[in-house]
Amino acid sequence: MSGDADAIESGAGAETPPEGVRTHGVDIAALRRDQPGRPGKARAPERVSLTVEGLNLYYGEKQALTDISLSIPEKRVTAFIGPSGCGKSTLLRCFNRMNDLVEGVRIEGRILHGARDLYGRSVDIPELRRRIGMVFQKPNPFPKSIYENVAYGLRLQGINGRRVLDERVEWALKGAALWDEVKDRLGESAFGLSGGQQQRLVIARSIAIEPDVLLLDEPASALDPISTLKIEELIYTLKNDYTIVIVTHNMQQAARVSDYTAFLYMGELIEYGDTDTLFTRPRRKQTEDYITGRYG
Amino acid sequence: MRNVKDWYSGGAPWVWLNAGAVAISLVMVAGMLLLIGARGLVHFWPADVVRFTVEVPGQAPRTVLGEIQSTEMVSVQRLIDAGTELPVSAGEVERLLIKKGNRDSFGADFEYLIAPFITGQEVQDDVITIERTEWGNQYGVLVGVSEDGVPAPEGSDLYAEFQARVVRVLEIRDRIHAIERGEMSAINYRLEKLRLEERRLALEGADTAVALAAIEDERATLQATFLAQQQDLGALYVEIARDSYSLELADGRTVTSPMERVVSAIQPNAMGGMAKLGRYARNIWRFMADEPREANTEGGVFPAIFGTVMMVILMSIIVTPFGVVAAVYLREYAKQGVLTQTIRIAVNNLAGVPSIVYGVFGLGFFVYLIGGSLDRAFYPEGLPAPTFGTPGLIWASLTLALLSLPVVIVATEEGLSRIPSTVREASYALGATKAETLWRIVLPMASPAMMTGLILAVARAAGEVAPLMLVGVVKLAPSLPLDGNEPFLHLERKFMHLGFHIYDVGFQSPNVEAARPLVYATALLLVTVIVVLNLTAVRIRNRLRERYRSLEH
Repeated sequence: MSGDADAIESGAGAETPPEGVRTHGVDIAALRRDQPGRPGKARAPERVSLTVEGLNLYYGEKQALTDISLSIPEKRVTAFIGPSGCGKSTLLRCFNRMNDLVEGVRIEGRILHGARDLYGRSVDIPELRRRIGMVFQKPNPFPKSIYENVAYGLRLQGINGRRVLDERVEWALKGAALWDEVKDRLGESAFGLSGGQQQRLVIARSIAIEPDVLLLDEPASALDPISTLKIEELIYTLKNDYTIVIVTHNMQQAARVSDYTAFLYMGELIEYGDTDTLFTRPRRKQTEDYITGRYG
Repeated sequence: MRNVKDWYSGGAPWVWLNAGAVAISLVMVAGMLLLIGARGLVHFWPADVVRFTVEVPGQAPRTVLGEIQSTEMVSVQRLIDAGTELPVSAGEVERLLIKKGNRDSFGADFEYLIAPFITGQEVQDDVITIERTEWGNQYGVLVGVSEDGVPAPEGSDLYAEFQARVVRVLEIRDRIHAIERGEMSAINYRLEKLRLEERRLALEGADTAVALAAIEDERATLQATFLAQQQDLGALYVEIARDSYSLELADGRTVTSPMERVVSAIQPNAMGGMAKLGRYARNIWRFMADEPREANTEGGVFPAIFGTVMMVILMSIIVTPFGVVAAVYLREYAKQGVLTQTIRIAVNNLAGVPSIVYGVFGLGFFVYLIGGSLDRAFYPEGLPAPTFGTPGLIWASLTLALLSLPVVIVATEEGLSRIPSTVREASYALGATKAETLWRIVLPMASPAMMTGLILAVARAAGEVAPLMLVGVVKLAPSLPLDGNEPFLHLERKFMHLGFHIYDVGFQSPNVEAARPLVYATALLLVTVIVVLNLTAVRIRNRLRERYRSLEH
């Protein structure tokens, strides 16, 4: 958060969401104000990174997401919370079109990244996925060396020069706070790492190709508390450079790491807003029930 | 009662049943290996040569000299029925099978001796066993060695004299072999090429005087070399026929034979344990390294080993990419539905088609259709003698590849389906296309499964004999499919195969008793070759597995 401390707060230059976007009562302008829960931390001006407009998603006949509209600010951490099966992961996977891999998925509505429609006709999906990286629930390194894991995305882009790769791999591993632990064994198998290290390796692999957005799908749910803490610390650092969207069913985690939180329930966006506000003064009854542990 | 119930419900019968099944399987496999091992390997041991004195009532006493091949108990009644007179009238007597050799003198290699008639047994040190290129073994006592018809002087060490000449003969024979199989066969090969070239030019209408003159020139050079070689060869044949030796046989006759037939000679009775062991190892080595002689009943099986290995390797090279590509399409690209399911069932059923059917198909499709078309299109100069339109190594490999294709497809598909989707997603999430993911992640990770498929394919194909008889295997191939003549690898040639060799030696041999140990030895060798091929594949697979250890932890 050190980068944020120097930033000057300013309302000017912020983008308003495109016309006709329903924000479920979330006042974007209000979101841009200083957060009461984080005194003394001024914030950089916010721009919108991802905009969801009237998104409906069906698995065959079953509707999984209903009329979702929200805007995800750039270089902030946005958390999706909600009970199991509420559609938070599905929504996340819409941002890098991972749902395309599932058979029988149908999507209505629009998702904009900047001004580009992710589901537009001329979208180059691999290119899109390079811009919007993803980290999965279970650490999924490739059966390759640590070095080759990080270099994978770069090699896909045709970067094969030894020096460039060395530099980028080191940079990415440092960015994922893993460099000091693995610098002496880059050639060893990634499976020799602990679960937490593997997950940071996966993050390093994702940031090596310098995406705009990082989607984290319950990145710490398979990890022990100490590894979880490290991942959370990493998320703090990463949001200086990346827009982060994180799915979690751990509400404490959402409260700790995120700037904005969206609560989903039964495929609908119930409430979306400033994390501190949402957790301290939820507007909707369902939100309150969930965060106070009445169901979920 | 209660105890029985407890015993039953505790699962003990299950455990016993399972353990029993495993034990029986192990015993059967071990027993089979032991049996063929014992029967096959004993053949190479330099056995003692025993001099038997046989007195059959009503006949003059005689001596039989030979190795004891086997002993068995026979019922007396059976022998009496067969016309043998015996001092006893009931029960069983021992009967010995003696390998007495000297087929050229006695007419038969083997003789049965009935134990009660044997009045004397003697193991003499000076008895010599001679292995020959023709007529099988010779047993006897060395009584003379002569050079150019001049006998060696009295009092000289005959055996040492004899062995020195054997060495000489072997050297000359090696040189003859080198000329015949090396240079002369190369010249013949090139002459045949020239003939075909001339014919091709004639067919294409390009047989200008200049071209023909060039061919004629080359032919003249080759023929001159050939003639020179033939003269060398003639000289060598005179050389090798120089010496002869005389042997006193069991019946007291003295037989003089030319030295040129001798392959090796030993005095087994005079040999110590270590010497015999050395001889044993040498015999086994020669069995594996030599070419067969005497309608495959003597000599080695090297061409068969070579042919088997070569065919399996070629088959692997053909079947692996083919099977993998098919499996990738079925699993990764084809839309899963009724059609793919039907194809899968069809593939699985292919694995159950009897192999001889593949042989018939291979003959009709590969040999006659494809091979015949190839001949018409590319080798018209050879016709009517076919080049590819006849059974050969490539067609045998293709037929076996087809036969083992289902195994590779099924194993690869299995491997592809086991790769966790999370790894694929990780690759997609980094901007990889489907093809990139397949090449960089999925296929390497599925490679152990492909190797498993290949191992099963090798196991199935290497032991197959029936289809091979139709598409390329012969009893005796004149040359190996790999040699020094361009293009070095002769895929169209016929070849020998260990499995077929077993069948041939066992069932088609003119000398059943001599061939029997070879059947076991060849069977053991076939098993060994398959095990070695499989172990190689297993080692490769294990290394791949170690490298692509999957995420299941």
